[in-house]
Amino acid sequence: MPIELKMPALSPTMEEGTLSRWLVKEGDRVSSGDLLAEIETDKATMEFEAVDAGVVTKLLVAEGSDGVKVGTVIAMIQSEDEDAAAAPKSTAPAVLKAEAPTPAPVVSRPVEAPLKAPHADKHVVDVQNERIKASPLAKRIATNSGLDLVGVTGTGPNGRIVKADVEALSGAVRRPITPQQREQDVRRDVPAPVQTMDTDIPHEVIKLSNMRKTIARRLTESKQQVPHIYLTVDVRLDALLKLRGELNASLEARGIKLSVNDMLIKALALTLLQVPKCNVSFAGDNMLQYMRADISVAVSVPTGLITPIITDAAHKSLSTISHEVSVLAARAKEGKLQPHEYQGGTASISNMGMMGIKQFDAVINPPQGMILAVGAGEKRPYIVDDALAIATVMSATGSFDHRAIDGADGAMFMKVFKELVEKPMGLVA
Amino acid sequence: MADYDLIVLGSGPGGYVAAIRAAQLGLNVAIVERENLGGICLNWGCIPTKALLRSAEIYHYMQHAGDFGLTAANISADIDAVVKRSRGVAKQLNQGVTHLMKKNKITVHLGDGKLLAANRLSVTKDGKTEELTGKNIILATGARARDLPFAPADGKRIWTYRHAMVPSEIPKKLLVIGSGAIGIEFASFYNDMGAEVTVVEMLDRIVPVEDADVSAFLEKSLTKQGMTIMTGAGVESLKATATGVSASIKGKDGTVVASAFTHCIVAIGIVPNTEDIGLEVLGVEMDRGFLKTDTHCRTNVAGLWAIGDITAPPWLAHKASHEGVIAAETIAGGQPHAMDPLNIPGCTYCHPQVASVGMTEAKAKEAGYDVKVGNFPFLGNGKAIALGEAEGFIKTVFDAKTGELLGAHMVGAEVTELIQGYTIGKTAELVEADFMHTVFPHPTLSEMMHESVLGAYGKMLHM
Repeated sequence: MPIELKMPALSPTMEEGTLSRWLVKEGDRVSSGDLLAEIETDKATMEFEAVDAGVVTKLLVAEGSDGVKVGTVIAMIQSEDEDAAAAPKSTAPAVLKAEAPTPAPVVSRPVEAPLKAPHADKHVVDVQNERIKASPLAKRIATNSGLDLVGVTGTGPNGRIVKADVEALSGAVRRPITPQQREQDVRRDVPAPVQTMDTDIPHEVIKLSNMRKTIARRLTESKQQVPHIYLTVDVRLDALLKLRGELNASLEARGIKLSVNDMLIKALALTLLQVPKCNVSFAGDNMLQYMRADISVAVSVPTGLITPIITDAAHKSLSTISHEVSVLAARAKEGKLQPHEYQGGTASISNMGMMGIKQFDAVINPPQGMILAVGAGEKRPYIVDDALAIATVMSATGSFDHRAIDGADGAMFMKVFKELVEKPMGLVA
Repeated sequence: MADYDLIVLGSGPGGYVAAIRAAQLGLNVAIVERENLGGICLNWGCIPTKALLRSAEIYHYMQHAGDFGLTAANISADIDAVVKRSRGVAKQLNQGVTHLMKKNKITVHLGDGKLLAANRLSVTKDGKTEELTGKNIILATGARARDLPFAPADGKRIWTYRHAMVPSEIPKKLLVIGSGAIGIEFASFYNDMGAEVTVVEMLDRIVPVEDADVSAFLEKSLTKQGMTIMTGAGVESLKATATGVSASIKGKDGTVVASAFTHCIVAIGIVPNTEDIGLEVLGVEMDRGFLKTDTHCRTNVAGLWAIGDITAPPWLAHKASHEGVIAAETIAGGQPHAMDPLNIPGCTYCHPQVASVGMTEAKAKEAGYDVKVGNFPFLGNGKAIALGEAEGFIKTVFDAKTGELLGAHMVGAEVTELIQGYTIGKTAELVEADFMHTVFPHPTLSEMMHESVLGAYGKMLHM
């Protein structure tokens, strides 16, 4: 049975490409996985791989042809394998290898060597595998993002994987996307290199959870792409602790107990509104200036870490924030957060004070512009009016995306934050 | 004093469906209704207006019989008979709901319901009050027409939808304020019935929730049918007189013109029926006058649920019914799926009809999508031409990146019966290829749905 080989769409935006080089000739016998051709798109040169076995009967497009539209039949293969011919995927005869796009946006002539990035073809095949129960849209998004749907539990009817599941998997955030970001998206779609380690040390191999994969991908992306600047201040906490004590005494009847962190969430949100230059997302040719402060609160869960969001925290009462944090954290620990409850946010807070950490630098959670790392409140020697005294002090470090936020603005931010915490009545009114 | 697993307050399309679903799942259910079973939808809304519009449609065809090679002489409309038919339809359905309640062993309590606690309410009828307790209560009290603050409806000259449904005469010169679904449907009905109709819309286009292309097309079509449409305009004052109403209308250019009409229909939105049902006592959380609920219709008060027009938009009967099912199944211990507002279709039964689901092209772009748009005109469809309805189009909006159908927008004959096809596709998360691979029957209007998708990808066949 003859199979038509069509020009593949090698990227979501690809409409046409150049057939740089044929790697087979007419009469060649090919089997699944053999490389057929090199195809150059606006972004990269990629290899085109066979999934069906057979004999190449006809090459219909000459080497070096450019402007070949996606979907154009470029070659015919005579299938030898009856099973393969009967398989439903014969309509999609070839699967591309999702090679890493080369950094250069346009490659002027066929590149031969530099494309040996790790192959991700497994993802593509998996996605098209009929045994995976997923909606067409979920499959499409997974294919676009190079996500593996094997083992994913769907929340749709009868366990079907739906769009929301795939988005949750990729931590995708729905917000306006600039072309630049889109470029980044494409790059992000390439999975991290798989390192096979030969070791004699007794060990077991632990398969990464999807959450762990997402954490790995996002943190790597952040540290590689976002130039961080770290600014630390020491903040005196005595007034805030006193206020907290008073508030908690009067809230006891309602069963509410505010934590220091609840108050810092509010302080962070108010600071973001007071220093709007730090409430931003870097977005290529643009910058998003947020009009609201949504705080992602880092919560440690058994499988990793997740950041449920307190939306519009600046305009919520401390008791509301406290309630929301406890409800969201509890749901996070049960793994029951809905995507909208942890995707988004304009800045993050990570508090390791309870574990006695004095000070640390946190990794920004892109596309957010900053994250606040909070250390332990501890009694320290403190100079008050030129005399040595004892005060409860914590160190707080802001990590800022230096592409979007200047050092002076970051410094102003930390100053305002410090003042808000040291004179905390502003948090209740 | 009676004990139930569930009490539903309000028996509109939200309430009665919730009651049926809960009863099917084995709960002991009561429903409380102050007026007619079936609520506004069946008695004073969706259904009786469709009966009226059907009369208008047939009247329209009779007037255009010549277009089809037929002769109809001495055509006239008997408004009393038209209204009587509409009331008959409502009555039949009302009895249908009564039957459904009986069949599902749902206890009906007629009277005014008021919450006393999260699990207790009183029902008052003719001065007599009884108390019901239920483990759960679903509030489904619906909404009513919003009045103009300076000219409340009097039912004589200034009407709401309710008065407009039972006219004693066809208005000679009618002013319709508001061009949402309700305003436009009545404008279309009365225009077909021979009234001289003016529509005033505050925003810059009619049916403002629809795609801008649909608004523009509909405005042109209605104008061609003889309607006067004023967008970007506001009614500054409105006064009922002995012979009609006088209105001063501020036009787009800021000039205020005084005009006289025989009648006016106020269709500027709805007000939720949240008063006098005891919400204050329980501290139920509200958002801009509507009850705040989670994805499964829970309010902030344990055991108290809310569905339909008293909650967040869209305020549509089918949204209320669907929420009724979600609430009932959740109460019965199930885990139903939350509803995606972008998968709720909307229909307007003017002439030509309007139907849509999902995001408009502008909304999709605003949300950051790179879109592919298809648009196929009725003029290119054989069935439409054979029907003598070659006016309209079907527009589809796809996400270029994933092939997701973001929205579908239609205007033209029978489109309200077509939109479900796209709604199923959206709900099942089909992508463009699935729509393209679907075989649509010939000759039908539905072929345009296929063509529109093909068009979004540059593969249109019949244009």
